[in-house]
Amino acid sequence: MDKFSYVNATSLKQVTSLLSDSGWGEVMMIAGGTDLLSELKEYIETPKTLINLKTLPGMDSITADASGLKIGALATVADIAMHPTIQHHYTVLAQAAASVATPQIRNVGTLGGNLCQRPRCWYYRDETVNCLKKGGDICYAIDGLSKYHAIFGGDPVYIVHPSDIAPALIALNASLRIAGPEGEKTLKVEEFFTLPAANPFRENVLEPNEIVVEVQVPQPKPDTKSFYLKAREKGAPDFALASVAGVFEMMGKTCQAANVVLGGVAPAPWRSAEAETALTGKMINEAVSMNAGAEAVKDAEPMNDNAYKVTLAQNLISRTAMMAVS
Amino acid sequence: MASWGEASQSRLIGKRIARLSGKDKVTGKAKYTFDINRPEMLYGRILRSEVAHANVTDLDLTRAEALPGVKAVIPLTEVGRKLRYQGQEIAAVAAETDDIAKDALRLIYVELEELPFVVTEADAMAEGAPQIRDDWKGNQSNPGINEDGDVDAAFSEAAVTVEATYHTPVQTHVCLETHGHVVEWTDENNLTVWASTQAVFGVRNDLARRFELPANQVRVITEHMGGGFGSKFNAGVEGLAAVRLSRMTERPVKLMLTRKAEHLVAGNRPSMTQHVKAGATRDGRLIAYDMRGYGTGGISSGAGFNAPYVYHVPNRRTERFNVAVNAGNQRAMRAPGHPQGAFAMDSLMDELAEKLGMNPLEFRRINDSSEVRQAQYTLGAQEIGWHRRNNVPGSGTGVKKRGMGVGSGLWGGGGGRGTQARVTINADGTVEAVTGTQDIGTGIRTVIAIIVAEELGLAPTDISVKVGDSGPGLPSGGSGGSQTTASVAPVIKTAAAAAKQKLFEHVAPLLQAPVDDLRIGTGKIYVASDRTKTVTWKQATGQLGQESISEGGNWDQELRQGGVAGTQFAEVEVDTQTGHVKVLKIVAVQDCGLAINRLTTESQINGGVIMGLGQALLEERIMDPQTGRMLNANLEDYKVPGTFEIPEIKSIVFDTHRKVTGVGEPPCIPTLGAIANAVHNAIGVRIRELPITPDKILTALAEKKA
Repeated sequence: MDKFSYVNATSLKQVTSLLSDSGWGEVMMIAGGTDLLSELKEYIETPKTLINLKTLPGMDSITADASGLKIGALATVADIAMHPTIQHHYTVLAQAAASVATPQIRNVGTLGGNLCQRPRCWYYRDETVNCLKKGGDICYAIDGLSKYHAIFGGDPVYIVHPSDIAPALIALNASLRIAGPEGEKTLKVEEFFTLPAANPFRENVLEPNEIVVEVQVPQPKPDTKSFYLKAREKGAPDFALASVAGVFEMMGKTCQAANVVLGGVAPAPWRSAEAETALTGKMINEAVSMNAGAEAVKDAEPMNDNAYKVTLAQNLISRTAMMAVS
Repeated sequence: MASWGEASQSRLIGKRIARLSGKDKVTGKAKYTFDINRPEMLYGRILRSEVAHANVTDLDLTRAEALPGVKAVIPLTEVGRKLRYQGQEIAAVAAETDDIAKDALRLIYVELEELPFVVTEADAMAEGAPQIRDDWKGNQSNPGINEDGDVDAAFSEAAVTVEATYHTPVQTHVCLETHGHVVEWTDENNLTVWASTQAVFGVRNDLARRFELPANQVRVITEHMGGGFGSKFNAGVEGLAAVRLSRMTERPVKLMLTRKAEHLVAGNRPSMTQHVKAGATRDGRLIAYDMRGYGTGGISSGAGFNAPYVYHVPNRRTERFNVAVNAGNQRAMRAPGHPQGAFAMDSLMDELAEKLGMNPLEFRRINDSSEVRQAQYTLGAQEIGWHRRNNVPGSGTGVKKRGMGVGSGLWGGGGGRGTQARVTINADGTVEAVTGTQDIGTGIRTVIAIIVAEELGLAPTDISVKVGDSGPGLPSGGSGGSQTTASVAPVIKTAAAAAKQKLFEHVAPLLQAPVDDLRIGTGKIYVASDRTKTVTWKQATGQLGQESISEGGNWDQELRQGGVAGTQFAEVEVDTQTGHVKVLKIVAVQDCGLAINRLTTESQINGGVIMGLGQALLEERIMDPQTGRMLNANLEDYKVPGTFEIPEIKSIVFDTHRKVTGVGEPPCIPTLGAIANAVHNAIGVRIRELPITPDKILTALAEKKA
């Protein structure tokens, strides 16, 4: 990696003012560093300054009450995975966090970092390949090897978003609090992520001088069942070939409301309104769950090597729906 | 005639004994080459080609040389030369810190004229492909053709035939400790090298020759070694560069490969593609075999494989050739050619058996002339519960379907001459065994201690074993071909016996008995005809006074034997919704002659099974035809088995005789076929291309449904 100066953060104000001096890449934030360090070592990023967020006070707390959950952006993935209330009432989130990487990485990786991590695409991660995401002319996955790439929303960059936690948060209708030089704002996690058609270079709407501060999750209704299913080639550590976060408000075997969000299949977490519609108001059985899976993938656009993801996403949705009634 | 004696007489040999270095390894006390640091040591790094094929048109090292902290920069190519694969060496630097060395690499100016490249076998064989080797016509070597019997006549007699194509991709060694050296010139003419190697003396001789030094002025040390699997027999480009950098700077230099370089240039198992047609008679005799196959060893040749394999076919025709691509060279890898051959052959056997409506195990029994394997089939089938397998493949119910498969293998492992050893007994009772072999993780250090301790009535921990050092001048061969134990054990055994005999001569007067009436007991020497006459070990060695006993040994061929058979059974569970294959259990029945240490023999089998499992389900070098680059030169996308992949492994040491035979390689061979056949038995579709990943399963299931 190249040389950089290292600044310990003292306040959000100081962080956003340090950030605002430049565009992307000159000044970067580091928390757990599990993603950023590998980008630095591979010269994918070459910042002049790193701001260490770990010194920000109080930003790693998790609080839960009847209204919901508040998780500081510096809470570790392990904290989330092992939090008893999250395990009990926000199961999909605990399961998603527990599926991330390895214990070592979960112990240092943070919520904010997990949401803002960069793609794993093997062209993007190769310094010598100047792909579209890095300002080049083409997405190499289009004519190249696309086994791990997108089947939805790719154009013009066919990466998949690697976060496990993001689909779970979207399925739970979570919001996040963002601080910038002008103060704070709150937006839905779903609105945080963007597709490459809107911005091929970034995966979310964060401005160069903004920082994710906290995630807020409303408490699910009492009869809610939620699950995170992650298909991967290797038990751990491995990123998702496809994953699904399913949150179902149940009355007996009938699904009152469904939130279904796929991971690993699109450049952003991919909410499947089709699957949600196919499940809502229905008695869940094999036929209904299969139909929900089929509906979810009917507009999929597989590439050369990833048609299997269509089947996989479909099957994961059916499986998670069936779990709500088993 | 020399012998290892009866099992009932053995106190230590054949028992399960924890490896002597285990505690040091677990606590981190064991020092690997990577851990060696010398005073004033510099850090070496190598700049490598990032393109697959290019002419070097300019190379300027001056900016790197000018960087503060850089002590030397050397070119490893020159203007006008060709770079023929990603990772090929361009230049090397030595600097005060590793970070400076890394920075220096980026200051080296290299100008390349990029040339057309091919990185896949298909592209290399396509019409109009760029020629990438000057010494071949096209990118294919001349085929080697063999024919036995009358193949065409045999096919006309065959009741069933199968025609299929099987493929295994390039697999890299993934040594946990990457290749590399720490080099120190102790004076102008004496070189000490800590090497991560499988051949201490091989590296010594290599370096002595290249730097024109007398061999005894080069000392190579490998105290502990983090995996080689056939890829670590020479000093390599990186070793030679380290020695040059050290000589120029008159400072020690450490130069270890990066993980990326390890994948790119430190060797690999070649790919294999076989187009096979085979035929069998109604009563299950395999009679006809016709195979056209190839593989790539990168820019080099050497992509051989065994076909047909294990099972006897009287009429066979084979045609094989190498395909050159712009990628790093193959090197020997654990049982070179065998796992690939076994996967294809065992898949083929199952396909034929299915066509015959025969149990695949019965079909093997008919065509396998090895009595050992016949017995192993019975034992393995019993252990896995073969009767539980699906009679009709894919007939299980539910989303997760189980199946069973079997595969087989064979190997040599009889050892060879060339080991010298010394067993020393000191007056204070201490015992030392020294030889120039190396413990590459397989446990030869403990094996040596066991043999000496058995011979002298001591405990293995009483024996100080010195291996992995050329300094004492007691050569031994490289640890390859599963030859180490069978090469070393007879020499140690005869050396220990000779030392014991010498000690008896010293003790006989004290016990007032003839030398040939003396025997070793546990911690003592006694008189066979009058067991009341005894001395303790300490009393006995006390007789030596100022002397020591120091004896060599010889490679007594009666103590070793080559040729092993193995068979493995796999039970898997396939998730038909996700395409994920979980291996539930592997039963590995491995013939290995006399297992001197049953515990580490089982470990060897476990390790082989895990490596075979990786090749069956996960591992593949992925080359990008667009950019000419390896896309997974890391451990994120080059996937090796982890804790979640390891099944229950029942390693059965199958005792056949009491002579020493190596067993390092054979246990990785049958696993691939066993797993692939189990997958077919589970879901009723056959995956003929490794690794068996979820995409292939889901695609195959979708095709079956359609």
